[in-house]
Amino acid sequence: MKTELHMTIDRIKCDGHGLCAELLPEMIRLDDWGYPIIAPGPVPGRLASHAQRAVAACPTLALALRRTAPSK
Amino acid sequence: MSRLRLLAGPDLGSGPEGFADHTRRLGAPAVSGRALIESLVRSGLTGRGGASFPVGQKWRAVAASKGSRVVVANGAEGEPQSHKDRLLMATRPHLVLDGAFAAARTLRASQVVVYVGEEHGTAWNAMAQALAERPEAERRIGRMTGAPHRYVAGESSAAVHLIDAGVATPTTTPPHPRERGIAGAPTLVQNVETLANIALIARYGDEWFRSAGRRGGVGTVLITLAGAVKHPGVLEVEAGTTIEEVVTIAGGISEAASAVLLGGYFGSWVPAAQAWELPLDGPTLRSNGLNLGCGVIGVLPASRCGVCDTSRIMRYLAEESSAQCGPCFFGLRALSDACSRIAERGTNRDDIARLKKWSVEVPGRGACKHPDGAVMFLRSALSTFADQFASHPAHWRQQPA
Repeated sequence: MKTELHMTIDRIKCDGHGLCAELLPEMIRLDDWGYPIIAPGPVPGRLASHAQRAVAACPTLALALRRTAPSK
Repeated sequence: MSRLRLLAGPDLGSGPEGFADHTRRLGAPAVSGRALIESLVRSGLTGRGGASFPVGQKWRAVAASKGSRVVVANGAEGEPQSHKDRLLMATRPHLVLDGAFAAARTLRASQVVVYVGEEHGTAWNAMAQALAERPEAERRIGRMTGAPHRYVAGESSAAVHLIDAGVATPTTTPPHPRERGIAGAPTLVQNVETLANIALIARYGDEWFRSAGRRGGVGTVLITLAGAVKHPGVLEVEAGTTIEEVVTIAGGISEAASAVLLGGYFGSWVPAAQAWELPLDGPTLRSNGLNLGCGVIGVLPASRCGVCDTSRIMRYLAEESSAQCGPCFFGLRALSDACSRIAERGTNRDDIARLKKWSVEVPGRGACKHPDGAVMFLRSALSTFADQFASHPAHWRQQPA
């Protein structure tokens, strides 16, 4: 079965370093205080490796990728 | 209309009803276990703490989990204008405990924690005294814990966090407390008014529960009336009673009203003309995009400025952020500052634009629903007081010192 990749963020862990928005501007922008706003919906396949890089770069391990069954 | 179930019995002014009087008046709860869970599902009872979550569904989820369980009777009542939980605890403590221990028997809980706001002295004393009067088997598993005087202390994951680790701040969900709560055990966190209703359903059944209620609502609800009404205070009415009917029971309005704040600080402003017909029932209001919350109804007199009141409440909500999540702490503070500038220095286009932008960006970006509730409240103000926000004069000289 085909699965979907979703970005999740632990808001308590996030300190607004902003690396994720640098590495994945297609999906993540920063608000006026430097905290990420993530585009809704699954991560498109062509961005999967960039998303993985953003997750790996997060200094507080707040950002994660979760593979789930597709939402209808 | 007015109907006493939870608050039936001896005069409320005579203090807490003792265990002997309580048992003589009502007998013992008859049903527990699987039969009680199914009865709760059929009853349609929803949580009275603010989220209106279906109670039967919550019990089924905890019952399906493995290992030892914990029950929390939530009487934190952090909502500033709400008084119904402390009134219930101070007068009918055993009804609350009946519900909590019925939950403990049904879910085979090893602990019952009675979580009461530290500032509610009378309610605390009544609950502590009532707990000491219970049978030994119940006293052994029951204990009291104080909720700090903070708005978020009653949020269920914050309650669990405090009881577990002494810190009343929300935690990241999932896992939800009903999956993994106190000491990792599945935990049922239930508001005290909800527990009191469960105590009666365990005696009289779900059909009896549904025999009260109007316009699709079931059971009764405790309402705290505040603001421009002749007799503010706590009332018990059938679910589905309209705001106009409740205000009439409280002697009517004391001066012309411009708007009603429905559901407390996490609720919504509604223009008075539209508010009177609204039925006080959690699920019905929810389907209209509104929220009964913990049942606070604040009537705003036409002589008060809605923009200034909104600005004051936003400041409070910003200060009550538990300072864990950036979008909540910084976002609510910025929204509150923009509201204050409009209230104090007058309308300006930049701040109106900021309010609109941030009230879209901030919600959904905290570990708990604090930013969502605060922004929902603000958005209702922006629509209810649209004219006042568009042309607010500078009010800074009229602020109380």
